[in-house]
Amino acid sequence: MAQLTFREAIAYGLAQEMRRDSSVVMIGEDIGAAGGVFKGTVGLFEEFGPVRVRDTPISEQAILGAAMGAAMTGLRPVAEIMFSDFFAVCWDIVANEIAKSRYMTNGQVSFPLVIRSGNGGGLRFGAQHSQSIENWAMMIPGLKVVVPSNATDVVGLMAAAIRDPDPVIFLEAKALYPTKSEVPDGEVVDTLGSAKVLRSGPDATLVALGAMVPRANAAAAELAEQGIDCTVVDVRSLVPLDTQTILREVSATGRMFTVEENPRLCGWGAELSSIVTEEAFYDLDGPIVRITTPHIPLPAADALEDMAIPSVERIVETVVKSLNS
Amino acid sequence: MTSVATDLSAKLELYRVQVALREFERRAHDLFLENLVKGTSHLGLGQEAVAAGFAAAMRPTDWTFATYRGHNHTLARGVPMTPVLAELMGRSNGLMAGKGGSMHLTSVEHGMMGSYAIIGAHLVIACGAAWSAQYRGTDQVAVCFFGDGTTNIGAFHEALNFAAIWKLPVVFVCENNLYMEYTRTSEITAVEHPAADRARAYGLEPIIVDGNDVDAVFDVATTAINRARAGEGPSMIEAKTYRHGGHSRADPGKYRPDEEVKAWLARDPIPMYHARLLAEGASEEQLVAIHHAVMAEVDQATEEAKAGTPPGPELLMKDVWADGGSQWRN
Repeated sequence: MAQLTFREAIAYGLAQEMRRDSSVVMIGEDIGAAGGVFKGTVGLFEEFGPVRVRDTPISEQAILGAAMGAAMTGLRPVAEIMFSDFFAVCWDIVANEIAKSRYMTNGQVSFPLVIRSGNGGGLRFGAQHSQSIENWAMMIPGLKVVVPSNATDVVGLMAAAIRDPDPVIFLEAKALYPTKSEVPDGEVVDTLGSAKVLRSGPDATLVALGAMVPRANAAAAELAEQGIDCTVVDVRSLVPLDTQTILREVSATGRMFTVEENPRLCGWGAELSSIVTEEAFYDLDGPIVRITTPHIPLPAADALEDMAIPSVERIVETVVKSLNS
Repeated sequence: MTSVATDLSAKLELYRVQVALREFERRAHDLFLENLVKGTSHLGLGQEAVAAGFAAAMRPTDWTFATYRGHNHTLARGVPMTPVLAELMGRSNGLMAGKGGSMHLTSVEHGMMGSYAIIGAHLVIACGAAWSAQYRGTDQVAVCFFGDGTTNIGAFHEALNFAAIWKLPVVFVCENNLYMEYTRTSEITAVEHPAADRARAYGLEPIIVDGNDVDAVFDVATTAINRARAGEGPSMIEAKTYRHGGHSRADPGKYRPDEEVKAWLARDPIPMYHARLLAEGASEEQLVAIHHAVMAEVDQATEEAKAGTPPGPELLMKDVWADGGSQWRN
């Protein structure tokens, strides 16, 4: 058992799979000797060499096109898109090519690839380096979308993503890179599409993803001090989506609050709200409430960014107000 | 490898393939007019020599990446006519059971790794296949066909640089038919030869070939593919050619001057090759027999495609994922 930071867990998980399977190769900008701009690939270049850990030019379409072409011909590439905002310059390869080609060819090709990307705000990088793009990815048929919230989950979900025969968008919350948790010894492999119940309480269910998970947890701790005992569910994977766990946990409390970093419109919580409304309506004791970043580009100044992204304080206030109304 | 230049039987095969592509596309056009082929389609009439010449220079294990104008390239790799025509007609006996359509013809078992309908994308994807061959130590080569219009999109430039720095076994083939959709490419491109003139910027030799001369195409293809197979890196070839029709089904191609169309029709690759083969010792009877055999194949494919049923509902939700399904939740 080792205490690892989220960023160390990325490299740890990648190394576990690269040692096991020589068809796992990595490409991306500055991932080699530099170890990644977020230091998520430190040590891999030294262990696996420049043929398996390849630096690329600033050519996001080429990075993902190469990953796609390699995946359809026998490799299991892990590509890095440095900031998830940059998906906007290579979305054709993701949304039109990787996601659709298996279906269009009647199953002739498969794309066992992973696209890792630093996602979300909290680092004061402004509107083009802070976006939470999980909702972009979730709405494209043919993509799996995984968003771990802690170092422990990073290792197992990375292994599951790499071993999965389908394309996986693996979003790493930049704000979580320095956070630490325990990683067990030996091989760790998790399951895609399994949400985790982090805390159980009868009063309300907070459903959170990525960097919002520790905030939902902290909010639940504060709410408990006020006598409101909440369940907290870490979604972990938007596609496949563990609706069974979420429906069960929402039905048990009768109230659902989603905590989402993505901007308001068409965030993942909207889809969950729709599912819960259709399938667990009569278990609800009050309205579903979505706590999200407002529908704005993310501002750079710390004071403004902190107002935009759901905070522990905002979660607590929203839950208290809603339960008391 | 046998040199086509000295082997009449190989040349007769190049002739047969070109005639097959031509007659297939003509039939596809007729079936449009009968409303049996739905949607859109981009015919390769007039551009047969490029597809035939390259396919002849490739090994079965090599990979073709084509555009939405990909019927020629698919057939040239040996994919039978029936499933291709049935795919155009949206039938269950189509190459992809009707799920892809004209613009996405793919037959992995023939090395036909896909027809791509977003300009530029497949150049970078071909780089990925070439990277895989390089990494796995196979001697496979990826051959990537695209039009002149592609040379002005970013992915073209990303792919060339990528292929050059990694010395990838990929051959880029620009089928320069002078028009990007409805606009003359020379009017919207900074250089005269849209692909060849850009090659040098990426450390590649500018190679221009008469794309209506199948022997010339075969020769440059052989050189470039051998080079890639030997680990000497990518090539860029610009094949000058002309499409006999418009850009797509909806386009009569009226923006092209009559004299230009006439001049290119006089350089139709198939009559030119016909004349050359006669001069080199083939008989008219041989060539007529080839034509008759092709027509019989096209007729049979038409009947078989027409006999195909529409794809059933069991296909709709199939094959989004590798497990064969489309489940996104439990």
